[in-house]
Amino acid sequence: MEVLPGPAGYIPTPPAFEGVELPPPGKALLYGKIVDEEIAMREAAKAMLTRRNPTIFPGPLVLWGWNASAMEKAKAVLELAMEIPNCRIIPMPDYRPKYPKIDPEAEINPNHPNLTILHNKIEACIFVGVHCHYANLSLRMIRAGTNCFTIALCAEMGHEDAMVSLRDVHAEEIRRFKDVLVQVREELGIKWEPKLPPENPSLPQENWENLSVVDYGEYSYLLIPRRGEHVTESE
Amino acid sequence: MPEQRVVDADYLLLEAPRERKFITGAQAMAEAVKRANVDIAIAYPITPQSEVMHLVGDIWAQGYLKDYYRAEEEYGAMSAIAGAVRGGARAFSATSGPGLLRGLEAIASWPGHRIPAVLGVLTRVVNAPLSIQPDNVEIAYLLHCGMVVLHAENQQDVFDFTLAGFVISEKVDVYIPVAVCTEGFFVTHAKGYVSMTPEDMKLPPRDPYKAPVPPTDCEIPPARIQRDAPVQKSNFMSYLIHAVWQQEVWSSNIRAMKYIYKYLGGPIEVVNPDAEVFIVASGCAAAQGREAVRYAQLEGLNVGLVKVKSIRPFPEKEIREVLKKAKAVIVPEHNIVGWLAKEVKAAIPDNDKVIGGPRVYGGMTLPVELIMEKVYSALGIKKEKKVVV
Repeated sequence: MEVLPGPAGYIPTPPAFEGVELPPPGKALLYGKIVDEEIAMREAAKAMLTRRNPTIFPGPLVLWGWNASAMEKAKAVLELAMEIPNCRIIPMPDYRPKYPKIDPEAEINPNHPNLTILHNKIEACIFVGVHCHYANLSLRMIRAGTNCFTIALCAEMGHEDAMVSLRDVHAEEIRRFKDVLVQVREELGIKWEPKLPPENPSLPQENWENLSVVDYGEYSYLLIPRRGEHVTESE
Repeated sequence: MPEQRVVDADYLLLEAPRERKFITGAQAMAEAVKRANVDIAIAYPITPQSEVMHLVGDIWAQGYLKDYYRAEEEYGAMSAIAGAVRGGARAFSATSGPGLLRGLEAIASWPGHRIPAVLGVLTRVVNAPLSIQPDNVEIAYLLHCGMVVLHAENQQDVFDFTLAGFVISEKVDVYIPVAVCTEGFFVTHAKGYVSMTPEDMKLPPRDPYKAPVPPTDCEIPPARIQRDAPVQKSNFMSYLIHAVWQQEVWSSNIRAMKYIYKYLGGPIEVVNPDAEVFIVASGCAAAQGREAVRYAQLEGLNVGLVKVKSIRPFPEKEIREVLKKAKAVIVPEHNIVGWLAKEVKAAIPDNDKVIGGPRVYGGMTLPVELIMEKVYSALGIKKEKKVVV
């Protein structure tokens, strides 16, 4: 089975059902076929450089600085984003359903990831730091309903549903991908000075000096048991 | 209890020296648990499983497990297993027949919750009428839960499948539970030779952070008892998320196949691949099928065996390949519904050559002569029945 950008239709068949297997160490998946990493990286780079509204979706494993390697990986993701012309970063901070609906400019959610893709007209995206189960759900739903070219930079074994899937990707491998991307960008003759992606327009500017839990809005439940409750002491 | 050292899983399963012991299937399962660095075992007793959990209780008392308790009944046991695994523990349980059915709602939710665990299924009759005798009809109910289902022929398989089950179930691209089924009494209470890894070696502990889902998020109030339930409100997207979630469970099941090849030598074993007639069997019936192949050889008949070790994922491709030239396929089973025959019929194109049977159930044994009758019939051999008065 060739895993191509969608829309694949109402309920797409998982590539695993059609015999697509995850790549062994040192290899990658390109359109459902096992290939050398370099080949897959070049195709991924081309997609991020040439398709509309390239976007990186970082998940909890890079968003939360829960260990040194996560922080290093987050830095590498930013370095990569700086090299992609007009790249945006839209986080997938957690996997909970958001009702009545998410703000598609602020975040992407695995329960309806296509809303963010369609609203922002994203035609190429990178998943990084998203737990494999939720990445697989999202990638399949994106393939079902959008024409987005999906790239998975997976710290584990990869994802059959992405058009390009790299495995065992940590900070070092992200930087290697960045180098390949810069090389492809130069080959394509695209001029670009590295710069940070724009601030997320839907998130209020934070003043860290007088920040209160209520400033976290939808995410305040991560800090406190009930919305609006101020915690003055902690254990 | 000897001091146990952690060794690499591949080394333990594939390279470690082995020592041969003459033990029951129940002992083989407990010995595998002993070497699997299991944190907690929870179960409710039911014959014939109680022998296994009694022995696991013994090794807990010796210090091999951190915790062990008897739940109030199987629904509670299987729910507690989910909680323990969600909390980061490596967990083991076992059950039989009616106990499996009682725990089935919780068990069926394990794969969707991405619960890696090993469940021993020591099969027995499903009531009514009440009986404790061997019969594997309960495996039919397990087949659609999404979990990996292995079916052990003998005591050696029980040891190997149980120990490898923990490793397979915790692979990040699998991460669903593994059921290790075998026939109660015929295997659990009978002795056979088992080559076992050294008692002083064990698997590395479970790493709950190496997972396709976040570890427990109970630290975030309110404690969530479900894995981020996405379908509590109905709209189109909710249905799609549940659909792709189910697909993910079954994709994970398929991904287990490569580890079944790696650690168990593949999902099937083939004896006499050029045979004219094949017996396709799993569990205890495979042992009788093996004996039927020997009988056939003595009579100069070209009969082979396909032993199916993995029922889920089902080795469709492998079975189709082996059976493509077979004249007839005989599927002996220890149940009335013939779940294996249905699987085989669905897997091959020319399935009118599949003979569903012989089947025995309710605790009856499966005499080799019953299988041979089907072999004679398939080969057009007429045998006179001798009646001894």
